Amino acid sequence: MNRQHMVALLVLSLVSLGLAATAHSQDVLIRNARVHTLTAQGTLEHADVLLRDGRVVDVGNGLAAAGAQVIEANGRPLTPGLFGGMSGLGISEIEQEASTVDRSALVDGGAAGPGFVPRPEFDVTPAFNPDSAAIGVNRAEGITFAMIAPTASGALFAGQGAVARLDGSDNPFVAASRTQFLDMGSSATDGVGFSRGAQFMLLEQATREALPGKPLQAGDVRLLTPTGREVFARYLAGGRMAFAVDRAVDIRQVLEFAARHGVKPVIVGGAQASQVATLLARSKVPVVLEPLLALPGTFDQLGASMDDAAKLQRAGVPVMFTHFSAGTNQAHKVRQGAGVAVAHGLPWDAALAALTSTPADVFGLGAKAGRIMPGSPADLVLWSGDPLEVTSVAERVWIGGRPQSMRSRQTELRDRYRPTGLTSGPAAPAPQE
Amino acid sequence: MSLLQFGGVTLAFFVLAAQAAPAPYPSTYQSPSSTPVLIRNATVLDGAGRRLDGADVLIRDGKIVEVGTALSQGDAATIDAKGRWVTPGLIDVHSHLGVYASPGINATQDGNEATDPVTAGVWAEHSVWPQDPGFATALAGGVTTLQVLPGSANLIGGRGVTLRNVPATTYQAMKFPGAPQGLKMACGENPKRVYGERKQAPSTRMGNVASYRQAFADAEDYQHQWQKYETELAAYEKKKEKDRDPAERPVPPKRDLRLDTLVAAMQGQVQVQIHCYRADEMAVMLDLAREYHFKIAAFHHGVEAYKIADRLAQEGVCGALWADWWGFKLEAYDGIWENLAYVDAPKNGCAIVHSDSEEGIQRLNQEAAKAMSRGQRAGLDIPPERAIRWITSNAAKALGIAGQVGTLEPGKIADVVVWNRDPFSVYALPDLVYIDGALAFDRHHPPVTPRSDFLLGQPGVAQ
Repeated sequence: MNRQHMVALLVLSLVSLGLAATAHSQDVLIRNARVHTLTAQGTLEHADVLLRDGRVVDVGNGLAAAGAQVIEANGRPLTPGLFGGMSGLGISEIEQEASTVDRSALVDGGAAGPGFVPRPEFDVTPAFNPDSAAIGVNRAEGITFAMIAPTASGALFAGQGAVARLDGSDNPFVAASRTQFLDMGSSATDGVGFSRGAQFMLLEQATREALPGKPLQAGDVRLLTPTGREVFARYLAGGRMAFAVDRAVDIRQVLEFAARHGVKPVIVGGAQASQVATLLARSKVPVVLEPLLALPGTFDQLGASMDDAAKLQRAGVPVMFTHFSAGTNQAHKVRQGAGVAVAHGLPWDAALAALTSTPADVFGLGAKAGRIMPGSPADLVLWSGDPLEVTSVAERVWIGGRPQSMRSRQTELRDRYRPTGLTSGPAAPAPQE
Repeated sequence: MSLLQFGGVTLAFFVLAAQAAPAPYPSTYQSPSSTPVLIRNATVLDGAGRRLDGADVLIRDGKIVEVGTALSQGDAATIDAKGRWVTPGLIDVHSHLGVYASPGINATQDGNEATDPVTAGVWAEHSVWPQDPGFATALAGGVTTLQVLPGSANLIGGRGVTLRNVPATTYQAMKFPGAPQGLKMACGENPKRVYGERKQAPSTRMGNVASYRQAFADAEDYQHQWQKYETELAAYEKKKEKDRDPAERPVPPKRDLRLDTLVAAMQGQVQVQIHCYRADEMAVMLDLAREYHFKIAAFHHGVEAYKIADRLAQEGVCGALWADWWGFKLEAYDGIWENLAYVDAPKNGCAIVHSDSEEGIQRLNQEAAKAMSRGQRAGLDIPPERAIRWITSNAAKALGIAGQVGTLEPGKIADVVVWNRDPFSVYALPDLVYIDGALAFDRHHPPVTPRSDFLLGQPGVAQ
């Protein structure tokens, strides 16, 4: 057994321990909600949801449970917790303060020198800080899980990330969600030879080194460290690799690379993905979109449009959302982006799936995750109104059946500076704790 | 000596100078030809604080004629707006469209003259690229007027320009006729980071303030030199012809574009717009304004404006703010959702939603919706007819153009948006946008939508 497998097992056992720890928590019965199940059952009006031992155990009408805490939803919407996209949550507190940022194994421009060593073995998850104030703010906005993703700083290989459930635990990572991140296209050429061709040259060279059956000879120029070869080999053996790439032709090249080597690609960004939607659909390759992109930030993004999500969905491409420009602190803005995608033609149910069941499926969280059905993780959000609407807010959030604090630095400041004469809002939710 | 002692004379000189010669780089904006339009049966938010249900808006000769019920059609073409909402055209007081154009490549980085911390002599308009495709996407979001500012690398970054959001091949053809220029200043982290990293002043906040003070002190001195010249010239010209020695004719001081701008600020001829995040730094800037006798139109970004909301209202300074940006740098760490609502709350409070973003400018209505909703939940009574002011009339006030735009009151320029529904929604989209009474955007008839030269013929771009 190698080190990575041991780490994976350790992660799994910690997750199991975490679930066991909730075994004696109080049952919760959410009554009379508009339940968006994200299953074949669709949306259930006036439905009840029973939470026990960190999971949803029943969904239906007229549910009862002795001793359960009862939450009256009064018809308000209940959804699975939302996916915060490709995120720096927990690894980046204040983007412009380097001492609070752990996103990259490379300093800016560090890849450009002759000593460039790609580090696919870099794993950002040990840097994760569950006590980050940014997590508290975003969790209170209904974000319950996110892909904690390293950044490549222009250097092709970013390293490994994984999905975290934002439950405040020290190791909230889902082992099956591990993903290798690579930056491709114009944003990544500076560090690796000033040509997209150089990106594929290095990628193929790293692949050749890592593949079994092609042992390196003494004197071979080696790109990867021994650990790098070991880790990269695992991703080449059917692992998941996320490619940050926008241009249509670059996406095609990535898909060909993935097909040659049997990796499962995820396209991140994909500003021109709708131009190759048929190909993506045929290859069942999912895309993580910035749904608010309607202008070419680069030449790679020419043609980006707010109806791209709708076009990809119509073609049968699994679509997810992220929010790049505001990064960590405003991960919650994905919800607004999903609403905008709806205004530009994406069916409402597909938009909610893009924030819940689709990322759960793509990143291996389990067939019941990102849904509300018996056996689902009890990661849920009760909303004041339409969950995609900008005037709605998350009123209650559960992760693993535990109510999450709706307080944050922001609510503390809000209350300290509340205008004189105001006590609390008429529609303010009852305190949770 | 202070401006108060010399202000009258100096002001007279500059006003005379301004009248004598036409302003350089004048607007060539032409009102488009338009035919009368009657928008019927809409929910109207007039930008002046009123909501009218089932109301009509009559537009003629590029002006708002009347808002009311059952207006007579006359020769006007009718738009049935049943179920739809009508607002004034939106105004963004803080944009870098044209100066940081899309695509954001090396060639389009024209927003910060980051070679000196005080570049008051530069004008953002001379960087504006009218082919920035962002103008059209902003129009699709209902933006009819915008101020393009220099960036915030510098303490005093230069003059901003207010533009009509119309397609044009020159910026002069977009320039809002008669709108005062802005003066962009910046507090805090950006200037001290940009110059401190070069081991150059300023590298600290105290360095920032010393540099503003020196710049304005220089401007006062410059003003005095001109005043002295004016006095001597007047005395010279008062002499009888035979007593005049041409060799003694006073020589005017050398014109300094940098100091001209600061003098213009002290004389109230430009609207001072200050990028400033922290409450304590805004208080320092209010003192600076007092020391050098200028008026601050608005603090921009102001993520801590809520901490001094009463003072801003008392001093008549607007807060041009985001709904939810926070935490990307330390001076933004205390951002809260209720910032706009708290700044709006006091008597005379002036809250503005600004974008500072080619993405945000496409959805000012949604930013206002977020802030309105959070304010309501904090217990403030903010109906849509109040919140719409944040992206219309309050913005016009900060730009010094409230007499022309920002409301649907009779006589105002007919910049009008017909929304497909309540604009305070993520699903809301402008159906029709009128500028000067002419249809500038029609969501259902894309040929009406402008498209920049840059996007023409690009493969993969919808043509």
